[in-house]
Amino acid sequence: MSLLVPIALPLIAAVCVFGIGGLLGERWRNLRDGLHTVLAVVTFFCVTRLYVGVTQGNSFDVSVIEVLPDLPIAFSVEPLGMLFALVASGLWIVTSVYAYGYMRGHDEQHQTRFFTWFAVAISAAIGVAFSANLMTLFVFYEVLTLSTYPMVTHHQTDEARKAGRIYLGILLFTSVCFLLSAIVWTWHISGTLDFTPGGILAGKIEDTQVPILLALFAFGAGKAALMPFHRWLPNAMVAPTPVSALLHAVAVVKAGVFTILKVVVYVFGLDLLTTTGANGWLMAVAGATLLISSAIALTLDNLKARLAYSTISQLSYIVLGAAMATASGVVGGAMHIAMHAMGKITLFFCAGAIYVGAHKKLVSELDGIATKMPWTMAAFTVGSVSIIGLPPLGGAWGKWFLGLGSIEAQAPMYVAVLMVSSLLSVGYLMPIVARAYFRPLPDDDHSHEAPLLCVVPLCATALGCLVLFVLGDEIYQLILPIVKGAG
Amino acid sequence: MSHLPVLQVIIPLLSAPIVVLLGRRWAWPVTSLVGLVTAGISLALLSLALSGDPMLYAMGGWTAPVGIVYRVDVLSGLLLTIIGVVGAVVLVFARQSVAHEISEDRQHLFYAVMLLCISGLMGICITADVFNVFVFLEISSLSAYALIAMGRSPRALTAAYRYLIMGTIGGTFVLLGIGLLYMMTGTLNMDDLASRIPAVADTSTVRAAFAFMTVGALIKLAVVPLHFWLPNAYTYAPSVVSAFLSATATKVSFYVLVRITFMLFGVSLLAQTLYMSKVLLPLSLIAIVGGSLVAVFQTDVKRLLAYSSLAQIGYFVLGLALHNVTALTGSLIHLFNHAMMKGGLFMVLGCVVYRLGGASLDQMKGLGRRMPITAFAFVIGGLGLIGVPLTAGFVSKWYLIVGAFEMGQWWVAGVILFSSLIAVAYIWRVVEVMYFSEPVESEICEAPLGLLIPTYTMIIASIIFGIWTAPMLHVASSAAEMLFGGMR
Repeated sequence: MSLLVPIALPLIAAVCVFGIGGLLGERWRNLRDGLHTVLAVVTFFCVTRLYVGVTQGNSFDVSVIEVLPDLPIAFSVEPLGMLFALVASGLWIVTSVYAYGYMRGHDEQHQTRFFTWFAVAISAAIGVAFSANLMTLFVFYEVLTLSTYPMVTHHQTDEARKAGRIYLGILLFTSVCFLLSAIVWTWHISGTLDFTPGGILAGKIEDTQVPILLALFAFGAGKAALMPFHRWLPNAMVAPTPVSALLHAVAVVKAGVFTILKVVVYVFGLDLLTTTGANGWLMAVAGATLLISSAIALTLDNLKARLAYSTISQLSYIVLGAAMATASGVVGGAMHIAMHAMGKITLFFCAGAIYVGAHKKLVSELDGIATKMPWTMAAFTVGSVSIIGLPPLGGAWGKWFLGLGSIEAQAPMYVAVLMVSSLLSVGYLMPIVARAYFRPLPDDDHSHEAPLLCVVPLCATALGCLVLFVLGDEIYQLILPIVKGAG
Repeated sequence: MSHLPVLQVIIPLLSAPIVVLLGRRWAWPVTSLVGLVTAGISLALLSLALSGDPMLYAMGGWTAPVGIVYRVDVLSGLLLTIIGVVGAVVLVFARQSVAHEISEDRQHLFYAVMLLCISGLMGICITADVFNVFVFLEISSLSAYALIAMGRSPRALTAAYRYLIMGTIGGTFVLLGIGLLYMMTGTLNMDDLASRIPAVADTSTVRAAFAFMTVGALIKLAVVPLHFWLPNAYTYAPSVVSAFLSATATKVSFYVLVRITFMLFGVSLLAQTLYMSKVLLPLSLIAIVGGSLVAVFQTDVKRLLAYSSLAQIGYFVLGLALHNVTALTGSLIHLFNHAMMKGGLFMVLGCVVYRLGGASLDQMKGLGRRMPITAFAFVIGGLGLIGVPLTAGFVSKWYLIVGAFEMGQWWVAGVILFSSLIAVAYIWRVVEVMYFSEPVESEICEAPLGLLIPTYTMIIASIIFGIWTAPMLHVASSAAEMLFGGMR
């Protein structure tokens, strides 16, 4: 049963938050938020317990209920899901602390509703991580879409309503039209939806159909923001920054790329993709998305929008890794889930902190801000370097393995794509840092450092980027079993 | 126990005049008690039907060729359960809603007609005599016209009148078909008809009978393009009636269609396959897409749900047209699921009308703040209509899509999925109005518990049967297998 605990705990947190906030009111917000954090910590602890269990060679499986004959809601732990769950639950703790600082610093309305849906979304993300079959994954994938909608539209303005429409429109359109039909098709061909090492489709599907099915899956996981289904992500930036940070840099988008990785490894199997050559076009789409969105990021002045396009680009790294269908490609993609999560959440935290402390949203307003917000900008620098992919920060590992993977896949051109994209990311991130440190501060500036509850989490995640570099081998060892035996 | 089939029909039928005699004060308690008893009987009949062969009950001891026989198999059990359970919940809901929407001197008449309608619908599903089907069809239809005409708006009268015309044409067609069949076979019993039709199947008379009966049923079912009576009828009827009829009446018409297609004519008509693929399939797809599209542009939420019903009727027919066990299972389970969801949603609107006097988008502005519990029920029910996983709507759509895949009709699966997206559009239009628009007045006015509890019973049932799918799936798949078994 222990596998259900980390999925149930965030739900319990949601009920507690809703209960306390709804019945006792805003005056008891310290109790509400404290309980929220405590449950977040307990959830993370449970996930680490599972991790320890997995490294000792235990396996965890649990089947809850058969929704349709032979299609149960079932959970099991495998390395990819373990990694995703660790990332989601770990960053939930820091984000919840950050969110208190941000929401209070901003006097946001409806905090109870916000934190309730926040916890539900985390539960859904962990549910996605531990899904044992496509059906379960689809269920939690949709719960994640719907539970984040109230947060995207938190301000209930016309702008939020429009963004919410695009958000829900694209995510539901892709998941219902493509992902669900891919799932039914898979079920029709193979008679099972269980994630099985080596895949379930080999020998059952005609070679010509493989690229089509792969396309349905890849575009169906609209949360991965592959172009041309990426527009929801920049639009979702109307949400309060903690949402952008945890959900649109970590949980939601990673659920998308996680789905693609998982499908490549456990539904198709790496061999099927490489022998049929069905992955070529996906590499091309991912490569194109990666470059185009980096280029767009260069042109944007709004800090959060720039980070959003950077996220689209970085997600395509992971899709590219999956599309390579080689051992290093998959490892690189999986590692990049963790590395990018830590780096990007730092950047979003900083963007939010700048908004709280200085009320600035545009890059061009950030002249000399480092003198007023030293901690924030230091963390921003660390996060940027990690996203660019330089040692000694975590981001380096993901890019290293992706480079290896493209050579293994005999597509050295993609090494060049990765290089160019890294250069582009230098181009859209470093000018912000340079501006903050080297331009003079305008005279009439009244900015100050963000509240402690904001600054501590962002320093913690910046530190996390360093720690992940050291933990590179640990993650590598965790992921390695799933690609053993594959070319 | 052995008299349950006849009690199922006779109890509501005889209670109707009693309710009229008892008068206003006792009308509601007696009616809802009868509703509960009928629901209990229907559940008992379903479980009996599941446990063995079809149950035959000869009226007055006169057996088949002479007397009228009632026949309960899994399919009729399913329909009886839908009518019984929805009827009971709606009748409990009725007390406050009816008190608010119908003038006091007519309330006891309303309840009496409601009971007549229930007994008529039940009769259609339980009898094995085709002429008897016609009789009950008329009982249920006439009472439905009366129920719709009791709506507060003067347009309820014209809506009822239009339904009366169309319904009468439909009923007459069915009767003509029955007459032709009787002429050719000399029997009115369904089992006898099934065994005698093959010998004369290749005559134009039988073909004409088939055509009359199916078109008659399609009119009553409101399949596009024979649907024009439905939107107005559901929009202007009292809330209770909209909830009850949307959840039951069309389902019973679908049952008639299925009985005609599978039991009476079976494979004996060559035209059957042609009619499935060339007539029903395109019509159902037009209904699914067209109904949903029109729903998007409605400004009255009741009318919006009515058009959504047209699309859902398309799903029923689609499962029949795809012509395999999986799709028909999907169709049959959708009968039940849709009854829960649409019944629940119309009851939500009943709550809204009770407080705000109407259910137009303008009146529902800011409902999320004024009636938070009611508004949330609409969201959940709406998710079911869209077919989000873990709601009942998902289960039916899954079966329909798998059924389409089994027939190799990929594009049909595509249409089903696409129409779910249109459902998102029309549901979300309401959701945005409820949660993003400023309310006209700001004071909170949540509906009373007497309305909320039955509403939530239906809405929560649509979630429960989306997760705990085993029992209804068992019923629907045994019914579908029985129908296809009968064909072989």
